[in-house]
Amino acid sequence: MALREIASSSSPELHVLAVDDSFVDRKVIERLLKISACKVTTVESGTRALQYLGLDGDNGSSGLKDLKVNLIVTDYSMPGLTGYELLKKIKESSAFREIPVVIMSSENIQPRIEQCMIEGAEDFLLKPVKLADVKRLKELIMRGSEADEGKTKKLSPKRILQNDIDSSPSSSSTSSSSSSHDVSSLDDDIPSSKRIKLESRVND
Amino acid sequence: MDALISQLQRQFRDYTISLYQQGFLDDQFTELKKLQDDGSPDFVAEVLTLFFEDCVKLISNMARALDKTTGTVDFSQVGASVHQLKGSSSSVGAKRVKALCVSFKEYCEAKNYEGCVRCLQQVDIEYKALKTKLQDMFNLEKQIIQAGGRVPQVDIN
Repeated sequence: MALREIASSSSPELHVLAVDDSFVDRKVIERLLKISACKVTTVESGTRALQYLGLDGDNGSSGLKDLKVNLIVTDYSMPGLTGYELLKKIKESSAFREIPVVIMSSENIQPRIEQCMIEGAEDFLLKPVKLADVKRLKELIMRGSEADEGKTKKLSPKRILQNDIDSSPSSSSTSSSSSSHDVSSLDDDIPSSKRIKLESRVND
Repeated sequence: MDALISQLQRQFRDYTISLYQQGFLDDQFTELKKLQDDGSPDFVAEVLTLFFEDCVKLISNMARALDKTTGTVDFSQVGASVHQLKGSSSSVGAKRVKALCVSFKEYCEAKNYEGCVRCLQQVDIEYKALKTKLQDMFNLEKQIIQAGGRVPQVDIN
């Protein structure tokens, strides 16, 4: 058992827990993650997510050993426990607070985004989620896991939407949607990657 | 056989482009196509099937919530279903359905009964129209494959 754990921990495959009440969105996010070489578990609610993590009853560490979730991606608006409430519960848990949590929402509401970032969300994705978003996310997480464990992960202001998404083995085509603003001059609390994300969305 | 394949591929390309031009689909549909490969050749069709099932369910919810015979209309309930439909239509690139949901949502917020009923009717027509169009598109794909060809990647500019 120990050998297998060592082997799997050196494997680059991330295990992502995706939370969304929409069946359609779950299918899409699952595929987005799988095509980005991630292991995926999908659940339809915040409550089920907590159950999966073993956080629903006592603050259980019993489920910890085999689970190894590397990233949680959750929709914001869900019946019952919202994504925000789920985020809070995860950050309150000593066992899981280190796991990066990414919030997805179809609504570009600045106060909501800020609230999530303040609560410790790693990133905020505007729906509909695209392949480029997931790849950027994966790079972010992988880079974070390579960094020193003790340091707080800070998003570099130089992180801009990149065109050079060529490191992935998947056969996806050009990333035409990225707009490369240089935002290193911005000195806001909101990490620049979100800002770019918001600015480049010129939807209806 | 080659002439047939070329002809089918051309038809497919033209048809697909027309769906974008007529506003049935937007670039999120293109994104979904990126997720399809030889390992998951039916991914887009599967997602769209789920979407159309969602449409049936949500439209039925909306109709029920807008039914005056059961009492006063709960616009927030209607709005909740509209919000869900807006979300899933956005995720699959169903551009017209999504646009209708935006208007629909505004009517819900304004508690405009006639507006809501109109939107409900339109959304029903619109998702069915898209379903027919996509079935035609998927049929063309099948024909190409059956003729021994490959489905071309269509560049939407």
